[in-house]
Amino acid sequence: MKLSQYFLALLCPIILLSSCKKNTDEVAADTQSTFSIEFENQVNGSPLVLNTKTYKNAKGEDFKINVFKYYVSNIKLSKADGTTYLIPESYFLIDASKAESTNITLKDVPTGDYTKIEYTIGVDYARNFAGAQTGALDPINGMFWTWNSGYIFVKLEGTSPQSTATGNTLTFHIGGVIDPNNTIRTFTTEINAANPLRVRTDGKPNMHFKVNAAALFTGKTDVSFATLNMTMGGANSVIVANNYANGLFRLDHIHN
Amino acid sequence: MLFLSIALMYACSKNEDEVTPEEKKITFSVPANFPAPVYSFEDNKLSNAGFALGKKLFYEARLSADKSVSCGSCHQQFAAFTQLDHKVSHGVNNCQGKRNTPPLFNLAWQKAFFWDGGVKNIETSPLNAITDACEMGTDIQTIVAFLKNTPPYPDLFKQAFGSTEINSQLILKSIAQFTAVLVSDNSKYDKVMRKESGISFTSAELAGYNLFKEKCTSCHTEPFFTDFSYRSNGLDLVSADEGRSHITGVASDLGKFRVPTLRNIEYTSPYMHDGRFYSLDEVLEHYNLGVKASVNLDVQLKNGIPLNTTEKEQIKAFLKTLTDNEFIKNTLYSES
Ligand code: HEC
Ligand code: HEC
Repeated sequence: MKLSQYFLALLCPIILLSSCKKNTDEVAADTQSTFSIEFENQVNGSPLVLNTKTYKNAKGEDFKINVFKYYVSNIKLSKADGTTYLIPESYFLIDASKAESTNITLKDVPTGDYTKIEYTIGVDYARNFAGAQTGALDPINGMFWTWNSGYIFVKLEGTSPQSTATGNTLTFHIGGVIDPNNTIRTFTTEINAANPLRVRTDGKPNMHFKVNAAALFTGKTDVSFATLNMTMGGANSVIVANNYANGLFRLDHIHN
Repeated sequence: MLFLSIALMYACSKNEDEVTPEEKKITFSVPANFPAPVYSFEDNKLSNAGFALGKKLFYEARLSADKSVSCGSCHQQFAAFTQLDHKVSHGVNNCQGKRNTPPLFNLAWQKAFFWDGGVKNIETSPLNAITDACEMGTDIQTIVAFLKNTPPYPDLFKQAFGSTEINSQLILKSIAQFTAVLVSDNSKYDKVMRKESGISFTSAELAGYNLFKEKCTSCHTEPFFTDFSYRSNGLDLVSADEGRSHITGVASDLGKFRVPTLRNIEYTSPYMHDGRFYSLDEVLEHYNLGVKASVNLDVQLKNGIPLNTTEKEQIKAFLKTLTDNEFIKNTLYSES
């Protein structure tokens, strides 16, 4: 009796495991291909122009942007039947000052029709505390805090006449993964089933996202630069992360 | 001497299969009286070439902004890799940092780094020193470019990692091959604990050990002489340095610092996060009569730790058994 219980207990995860395995097998069809994602950086519908153009936040305050960089990681695709594919080692740093960084290529993706995409805005918990990283996560990119381990997920720097900081600067370095100041946010969007992301051996689709930098300052809490103009982790970073969690990205269209 | 220490490391080694002492292969071995380490070299395979490169980088002053400061300037071997006689770290352009340089050894057992525990991985620990305007005052781009253009570095990277490619990851991994190998486990205390033949405490040392176990081990826990927690031992009514709360943002962490190891304490003066005490006498007098009722003072210290003159001498005698001369003089770790 006892023994058979143990046996069952052992068997259960095996069954579960093997059933999971099956699912991935189905998704991981024999053929693989490539698709790309373009991130079009904007501010409230107009193109993001660094350093020179003046924008308005939701409070009507003027501001300019000098730096706008953010991580997109752990990209996961789903099919209509619910099967999913997590793109391994998918870490990307989009930097508005580097045109080539705004169009990313995802390789070796199993072919199929995908109807949902999901990704982390930022970097997952584990990598924040891992050993030395390279590529997008290389600290050389200026997105790693050296005195308090962890990545800056979203970095916006600029100026606003309303800012009370020296030089009227705006410094929004959003990051931190420990509750209550965890700023990891996941963005999910359904893809119109009539025009899914069709990854094919003979077709390399492109997804086009519009990215609204002003989303940092509105959504849940309208930010006034008179009171909030500098955050590097902590409670104020959470306010900003809650703002951009849903508003930063919008899937505009897909070229199949 | 070199052979002896390697032979000793070898003797303590848990997995002896891959190592032969004749080759003088650099090894990382877990001393018999230590628990399993946190850092296991799993993603950073230890090799002689990797260690040699890491050591060379550690002592390379040309990495700093004014080419005068290396890791080894602040982390000096004869001071168990802290900076002798400096209250707070002293970096480029004669700049004074805000904290006392911690010694470097047994780091492979640490889950967090810095006095406030802000850094979470041994591999990323050097980044702050490299980029801090007051320490080495440079940036990773400059260091990578310097190493790419300076022989024999490209060859050394090739020997260590199989390619002349140089990037921050490989720099940091090789430095970790050096810093994580720094194990101090051959103090008299260790030998007594391991019951090595012919070694025992004097009566004063033994009395000191017993006092220590009664009054100090709750925080300075064996075998590392720290439990790696963050506490206030009542140095100031109001701490000038936020300490742990700088990382957690929690008011009850204000003025708390990582309990420091006491290994090699004889050589790591000055003491405390800001290096305020120059002698162990001053430290013991602090516990005896100097503890201040800071808001976050550890409850165990609310009445201080009364110590008479004899007890102080005995504790000091014991603390000196934590000195590991084999470590301090091991030429394997010296600038060559
Ligand atoms: C100007 C002096 C200085 C230089 C140069 C320096 N350090 Fe440090 N190091 C410090 C100080 C001070 C701390 C403690 C910082 C704190 O707690 O805020 C520290 C902390 C560390 C720690 C964490 C130790 C612990 O127990 O928490 C490691 C590891 C370390 N340094 C390695 C290095 C390496 C490798 C280099 C060379 C790339 C280097 N350091 C260069 C002063 C220095
Ligand atoms: C309640 C915990 C606690 C107890 C008990 C305690 N200490 Fe400490 N000790 C600390 C902390 C925390 C620090 C670091 C404080 C700082 O720098 O702000 C420290 C620092 C020290 C230092 C300085 C080490 C260095 O490298 O800077 C020495 C020496 C020391 N303690 C010895 C002792 C002795 C001896 C006893 C017993 C008589 C003792 N401590 C009891 C928590 C404790």
